[in-house]
Amino acid sequence: MAHWPLLSILIWLPIIGAVVVLLLGRDPRVARWLSVLVALATLAASIPLYLGYDAVAGGMQLTESHVWIEALKVNYALGVDGISVALIVLTTFTSVLVIIGSWGPIDKRVSQYMAAMLALEGMLIGVFAATDALLFYVFFEAMLIPMFIIIGIWGGPRRVYATLKFFIYTFLGSIFMLIGLIYLHMKTGEFSLQAFAQAGLGTKEQAWLFFAFLIAFAIKVPMWPVHTWLPDAHVEAPTGGSVILAAIMLKVGGYGFIRFSLPITPDASQEYAWVVIAMSLIAVVYIGYVALVQDDMKKLIAYSSIAHMAFVTLGIFITLALVRVHGNTDAARLGMQGAMVQMISHGFVSGAMFSCIGVLYDRLHSRMIRDYGGVMNVMPWYGAFFVLFAMANCGLPGTSGFVGEFMVILAAFQDNFWIAAVAAFTLIIGAAYTLWLVKRVIFGEVTNPKVAKFKDLDAREWIVLGSFAAAVLVVGVYPKPLTDLMDSSVLQIVNALMLSKA
Amino acid sequence: MTTPFNPADLLAILPELVLLGATCAILLIDLFLKPGQRDITHWLSIAALAMTAYFVWRGAPDLRQATTAFNGMFLHDGISVVLKQFVLLMSGLGLLYGRNYMRERKLLIGEFYLLILFATLGMMLLVSAGSLISAYLGLELLALSSYALVALNRDSAISAEAAIKYFVLGALASGLLLYGMSMVYGATGTLELARISASIGQVEHPGWLAFGLVFIVAGIAFKLGAAPFHMWLPDVYQGAPTSVTVFIGSAPKLAAFGLAYRLLEGGLGGLSGHWTLMLAILSVFSLAIGNLFAIAQSNLKRMLAYSTISHVGFLLLGFVGAMPAGYSAAMFYAISYSLTAAVAFGMIALLARTGFECEEIEDFKGLNQRSPWYAGIMAIAMFSLAGVPPLFGFFAKLLVLKAAIDAGFLWLAIVAIVFAIIGIYYYLRVVKVMYFDTAGDATELPLPADLPMRWVISLNGLALIVLGFAWGPLFDWCNRAFGI
Repeated sequence: MAHWPLLSILIWLPIIGAVVVLLLGRDPRVARWLSVLVALATLAASIPLYLGYDAVAGGMQLTESHVWIEALKVNYALGVDGISVALIVLTTFTSVLVIIGSWGPIDKRVSQYMAAMLALEGMLIGVFAATDALLFYVFFEAMLIPMFIIIGIWGGPRRVYATLKFFIYTFLGSIFMLIGLIYLHMKTGEFSLQAFAQAGLGTKEQAWLFFAFLIAFAIKVPMWPVHTWLPDAHVEAPTGGSVILAAIMLKVGGYGFIRFSLPITPDASQEYAWVVIAMSLIAVVYIGYVALVQDDMKKLIAYSSIAHMAFVTLGIFITLALVRVHGNTDAARLGMQGAMVQMISHGFVSGAMFSCIGVLYDRLHSRMIRDYGGVMNVMPWYGAFFVLFAMANCGLPGTSGFVGEFMVILAAFQDNFWIAAVAAFTLIIGAAYTLWLVKRVIFGEVTNPKVAKFKDLDAREWIVLGSFAAAVLVVGVYPKPLTDLMDSSVLQIVNALMLSKA
Repeated sequence: MTTPFNPADLLAILPELVLLGATCAILLIDLFLKPGQRDITHWLSIAALAMTAYFVWRGAPDLRQATTAFNGMFLHDGISVVLKQFVLLMSGLGLLYGRNYMRERKLLIGEFYLLILFATLGMMLLVSAGSLISAYLGLELLALSSYALVALNRDSAISAEAAIKYFVLGALASGLLLYGMSMVYGATGTLELARISASIGQVEHPGWLAFGLVFIVAGIAFKLGAAPFHMWLPDVYQGAPTSVTVFIGSAPKLAAFGLAYRLLEGGLGGLSGHWTLMLAILSVFSLAIGNLFAIAQSNLKRMLAYSTISHVGFLLLGFVGAMPAGYSAAMFYAISYSLTAAVAFGMIALLARTGFECEEIEDFKGLNQRSPWYAGIMAIAMFSLAGVPPLFGFFAKLLVLKAAIDAGFLWLAIVAIVFAIIGIYYYLRVVKVMYFDTAGDATELPLPADLPMRWVISLNGLALIVLGFAWGPLFDWCNRAFGI
């Protein structure tokens, strides 16, 4: 198996599958089955990826490199480290569930929806596997197209506004990064990320590049104050779109920080780490409060996503001070590790929460909290799942939500007590908005007669929520395989931070 | 130093001679055809273009080799070969995309073909021009044929208006160009571009040269459609029959690039210190006016016209460095743009039918429900024009942005991308209309069955994806043509 171009298979299998679904999927049943098969095959292909990756050795593995454009030294270069492997497995896992979850709710133009989902999956894997900056950028931008279509066709009433905002906002961010990449190409003569990381750059250059990257990835994460596209996109997107958006697309931003900002502009990252940390802390507190007052379930979870993703950026940028000011690599490793675990965990938890809301939406076609109440009485199984995911969202020990946040806060303590104290505030505010949501939707008396007629989960919904629940619990109870997978890669990133480039 | 007529020179212009001969033959044959037999003219014209392309290809064993003919009047180099090939391709696409549209409007007359063939001949001469005279002759052959093409639908008031505007402003531009050329001739004493270039350092009156340069740049900007010399473009694109718009929206952009390159670099390269800044300013104006005005348009042809202006702004980014790598990027951009614009305009022609022009953006409502395939092709064209990877248009933008940054015009590159972000809105609006809106009743008509056109436009659209992955060879050609 070792000589198989496994990463290329992972990228192109779903994309080619998308074309096949588009061409053969006249009959919705054929489209559904075919797309599930493709997604399962991709998931199966990610198992040898996990097994074949040598976590102890670390570094870029399973590399492939072919010349793409000779004259510009652009390569079709792929490779994965532990972090990429984890994110790719998250992608293939979530995509299967999203496609199964969309079997029922999506009833118009099924083949196009499934094809868009599969193409998106392939492009996301491409983003996580690319080691050439131009290739990364191509995947990074290309994935906007299927998402644009998904929100625009199958979304809610304000879908056109939301999808245009989503597209233009994210395009705006990334195109400044393109200028930065061209500049780096001028300096180094190639587009490989490794060459970029080794290029000597002055402080001023680094600062410009840092902000070019920051705009791109901050919008993608999204960080306060450039988060405003996310609630709109989430609210209007169909359930599957929301799940992919929250579970995977947001991770691309966090991944970008560790692939671009830290290795290419380490000195500027240190200098301006306070900006990112401040933005993250504001997101934790302020966005937490914003989430508290939402009366739309999807919007509430969308804001909660922003607050949780702030832990990722906090964990990534706290490491700079820890490494360079305190010389405390252990704590830095913990912070970075925590950020990565938080990415994976948030993928499961937010995906699960949006799937849960999708289940209710399919029954009542409303996302308003006030339309529900007492769902537990009619849908006990559903209620159990919802409470579990809500607990994970609050960061209850034993669920995956706890692990990452705890590690980040622990690392933050080593740097500055107050940063940790503000970050720890999430435990209160997060519990407040999540539990209040549970109270209003799941518990209490059934007030809406329509709710009284709800049926509990069917087999398809069971598979989706059950799989998410298993993932949340496994990562929560026994995170060691996940941290082991990423540990040597995290260590490499942290060690690289010790060297100044200026 | 002029040598007498050398028969070997004829070999250099063999493709042009072939096209000229074929065009004259078609002119005669068409006279004897009944209106129902116009298909013969159609296929003969396409065969003529294909044959010419074959001779261009045969005459160019190596893109790096450059020869001249007729005392330097005619240049035969890699640049002319690449441009000619694509000019011929785009003209062929123009004929294929135009047939059904013209037939349904009873405009499918022999003149449509002949004028396009003569315009093509003019473009071929233009991109091979080695002196101011041959450049001007080629340009006028193109321009006069285009004016007549726009006026082809003589019963339409809007067409007539567009043609008059085009003619008056085009004549003005030619006048400016000619005036500038006469100044340059006065200063250097020669019409041959190579000798003008050689004598720039030692002219007696450098002021005359600079004066002439300004007029030449203005003339070129007119022909390219760069703002603020863009006024004719939206009216002409909208007023011309759609199949004519397909043609004048694609191939002449390549020729205009050739004109700009021959005159500015080939002749006045020594003055690049002056004209790079002029072009940078033209570029900013074009980007701003093109992108901002396009947002307000409800007519798709007009919107695409403003989009053309913004693309000219991008193309000029390749010129600001006055370096071969930049010209190569600009040529790549011109090729990419014309291939993409052909799809966009061609789609309007494809969807139009008797009594329904399909040129309003609203007319594309719900196209995805009626015809997912063509909606997909149009969406590809729109995303490519917007410069979204992995489509062809993105890589063209990448190359010109790189050229501008390498030349030290970082500010210009940033201006360009800011307007590209603004520009993305109106392309997305077309996608939105096709995919997110539901169709009205008027648009529930079946697509016309012009099979060759359907096939070719599909291939043309898919080529935008394929070239997004495999743009290396084309980029290589462009580079080799400029000796990189």
